[in-house]
Amino acid sequence: MENNPNATEVYEESPGGSLAGYIAGFILSLVLTVVAYWLVLQHKNSGQPMFSHQFLVVTVVVLAITQLFVQLVFFLHLDRESKPRWNLLVASFAAIVVLILVLGSIWIMNNLNYNMQTPAQTDKAIIQDEGVHP
Amino acid sequence: MSEAVSTLKTVTVEPEESKSLFGFWIYIMTDCVLFASLFATYAVLHGNTYGGPGAKELFSLNFVLAETLILLTSSFVCGLAMLAARRGDKRQVLMLFGLTFVLGLAFLGLELTEFHHLYAEGNSWRRSGFLSAFFTLVGTHGAHITSGLIWMGVMMVRVRQNGLTPVSLRRLGLLSLFWHFLDIIWIFIFTIVYLMGAL
Amino acid sequence: MLTIKAGSILLGRLDWHALQHGPVELIGIASMGLGLLAAVAALTYLKRWKWLWREWLTTVDHKKIGVMYIIVAALMGLRGVTDAIMMRAQQATSVGNAHGFLSSDQFQQVFSAHGTIMIFFLAMGLMFGLINLILPLQIGSRDVAFPFLNATSFWLFASGMALINLSLVLGEFSSAGWLAYPPLSELRYSPGVGIDYWLWSLQIAGVGSLLAGINFFATIIKMRRPGMSLMRMPMFAWSVLGTMSLVIFAFPILTATLTMLALDRLLGMHFFTSDFGGNPMMYVNLIWAWGHPEVYILILPAFGVFSEVVSTFSHKRLFGYKSMVIAIWAIVALSFLVWLHHFFTMGAGADVNAFFGVMTMVIAVPTGVKVFNWLFTMYRGRIKFSVPMLWFLGFVATFTVGGAAGVMMAVPPADFQLHNSLFLVAHFHTMIIGGVVFGYLAGLHYWFPKIFGFKLNERLGRYAFWCWLVGFLLAFIPLYILGIMGATRRLDHYDASMGWQGLFIVAAVGVAVIVAGIGFQALQLLVSIKDRHKNMDTTGDPWGGRSLEWSTSSPAPVYNFALLPEVTGRDAFWTMKHAKKTTEPLEYEAIDMPKNTPIAIIIAGLAFAVGFGFIWHIYWLAALGLLGIITAIIIRASDENTEYRISAAQVRAIEEGAAV
Repeated sequence: MENNPNATEVYEESPGGSLAGYIAGFILSLVLTVVAYWLVLQHKNSGQPMFSHQFLVVTVVVLAITQLFVQLVFFLHLDRESKPRWNLLVASFAAIVVLILVLGSIWIMNNLNYNMQTPAQTDKAIIQDEGVHP
Repeated sequence: MSEAVSTLKTVTVEPEESKSLFGFWIYIMTDCVLFASLFATYAVLHGNTYGGPGAKELFSLNFVLAETLILLTSSFVCGLAMLAARRGDKRQVLMLFGLTFVLGLAFLGLELTEFHHLYAEGNSWRRSGFLSAFFTLVGTHGAHITSGLIWMGVMMVRVRQNGLTPVSLRRLGLLSLFWHFLDIIWIFIFTIVYLMGAL
Repeated sequence: MLTIKAGSILLGRLDWHALQHGPVELIGIASMGLGLLAAVAALTYLKRWKWLWREWLTTVDHKKIGVMYIIVAALMGLRGVTDAIMMRAQQATSVGNAHGFLSSDQFQQVFSAHGTIMIFFLAMGLMFGLINLILPLQIGSRDVAFPFLNATSFWLFASGMALINLSLVLGEFSSAGWLAYPPLSELRYSPGVGIDYWLWSLQIAGVGSLLAGINFFATIIKMRRPGMSLMRMPMFAWSVLGTMSLVIFAFPILTATLTMLALDRLLGMHFFTSDFGGNPMMYVNLIWAWGHPEVYILILPAFGVFSEVVSTFSHKRLFGYKSMVIAIWAIVALSFLVWLHHFFTMGAGADVNAFFGVMTMVIAVPTGVKVFNWLFTMYRGRIKFSVPMLWFLGFVATFTVGGAAGVMMAVPPADFQLHNSLFLVAHFHTMIIGGVVFGYLAGLHYWFPKIFGFKLNERLGRYAFWCWLVGFLLAFIPLYILGIMGATRRLDHYDASMGWQGLFIVAAVGVAVIVAGIGFQALQLLVSIKDRHKNMDTTGDPWGGRSLEWSTSSPAPVYNFALLPEVTGRDAFWTMKHAKKTTEPLEYEAIDMPKNTPIAIIIAGLAFAVGFGFIWHIYWLAALGLLGIITAIIIRASDENTEYRISAAQVRAIEEGAAV
């Protein structure tokens, strides 16, 4: 490090060991994908769905986020970055911005769409949400 | 292993590689925000079918599962290719990146088939806000895959001609980062567009 | 479904009508043409074409790139000010039976061009210009992280500029304001080329900005001198780091949104149309999710400049370094949490409006912290009221008032009255002129000697400052009043019974005074060049600075530092200056620098072709342009010979030749 102050130290796996990492990542991702797919297929095709719609939406998203972390660790080696962990920091900031943008937009647009819809649409929404006739 | 507790060893990454890897990582982050904008738009517009068919009617889960498994496998194979590259095994690198390329091409082919099918049935990007958002989100991912394939082709030619030089090694690292990232984005397309669309 | 007139395959929808222009535009075209002709004539007469190509058009030197950014920004600023003059003249005279000299459509193009040019080309140009010029020097680096990318960023910026200027000659510009809200910006209501010029100009320039953001972020993180930990960086460098974070995370939103609008217009999609399931409100949401961080992108480096200027001209270390850093990051974080305040009146409910209203008020706090820290820096300092210091004081007076106006509008019920009124217009101009422009003008004056080797004339600088300050107050205080009286923005005519004309006339006088200020600045430049031998900066440190840019010669050599400086603390150069001097002989080493290359300007030219092709529906041209860009990138990537070596002897010759 003395000679090259701008170099960073990066941990590299010796070739034999990391094959296991990629295989593990692959299999985990496979499982997470197929489970999510199967759950939705089951819900769609069967006469008697095992899980509620809401439960499935949450589960499927959780499975996706899990697979995200699996791939970040096993394929992108984000856990093995040496200090200072710039990549991790920037990725965290990006994740926050993404969440703000996506969730914020959904919240805002939902709100706007509700307030800016036609009277007929509002009547329908009131009947649906509250069960009373406006 | 008698000595080392783990099989890990440290490698000093020279400034050039550290710099370009970091710069490329930042670019990937900007791409995440780009896709986030498209995801946000899809989330807002996915119900705007303008009387036409929606996600439930239009998407085939089996088809999409096939695409997903192909892309996932290509990401895995790409990882194997990088292991070969770090080992200096030029032949393996060309073979594995070649396989990655073929799988990527297959993914693209399936996707274009799906697009063509929708278009032929009158459900093009002009039909509704929902379909505009769908085609653009998935199409942008496809455009990134295409760029990756072009890059992969150029790299394979380069490696074939000049061997695994430090510069090529560095760039293959960036390419594999790009390819893994595209599979990560696909996880969310698969989940939010197709799985949630079917629910 | 809307069908577009296809025109021909070869020329798309380009035809002779594109050259039809009214008298006002013809004057603009003539001025631009004359300017271009003068430049071409000068270059030919002085036989400097090769020099231009070799030294400037193919350079990858961040210092030269910075100068080019500033020149483009200044030229575009002139266009923007001309638009402003036209608007003030129109609004001062178009009352009752009189209708001024601009038609409604012309007025709309003028204010659309004004906003677009001022924000994207003047402000962003000055910002990236100053950052290019100074940032690498401040962190003790020889270059930016990616010099070729840096050149490409500049030329993409210039390409966007070229497209906007072309719109004056061929076709028309947008009439939909600087943000082109749909449905007005959709094909149905704006079928002409105006919106497309706006769109592609910004798309191309925007990509340039994004790449520059990546570049400078990586530069600061990876290329600081070993002893310069982040907490030892100059405050300007911190402000650049914060700004680049904003660029990185906000500009992709602009790229995506412009793309979606383009897809609506080119491929008949329905993102933001008013039928077929489109939602125009989503555009407003997305464009401001970018737009709000954008305004902080503009102001943060100006804050950084003030930190340097106040410290230097108070002969005192910056007060509250840590809190300044925290304030920057608070601003960066909060920038992403306030964007809805730009459309409180679009119809969101009380809970949504309340959240964003509160966050907007909170974001004023870190800025207040910074202002206090600057004032505390001045307290008990030995203050020199140099021109940069005057700009700072003008900033404090105006920006705090304008900022308070912003906090007023952060309250949604108040905003329902003030939204889109001239009160809003006055507020944001106060922020941009009093904050951004004053800041960058201070920076230009402060760093001018470092860039060109001689100081600017102080007296003319003072005259310019006072004209700007007085002119700004005359131009915009009436607008605050008019806004509260009910005047909306973008009016090209109003009833005499409103009683507004008097204030509009005062505002017009204000613009004239600002123009006088600009005149003084032009004079200042000419006089300073004439007197440059009298005002040479022979030491490299004309002001008694504290940061590393002052440790090298003025102008800096191509490699910035012959010997890379040792950094042991904050205010690195101050420490160096006051340390015990050793008289060791200087041992120079060979330095590797990046070679010049034409690929950057070529890529930008191809991008111009892509934009032009999409604007005029000349699709083969757009396709060729895209193919060309890919090819150029591959060619550049295949180039194994991108550096050249300056031998130690050559370094010695440069260093000892420079020493007087």
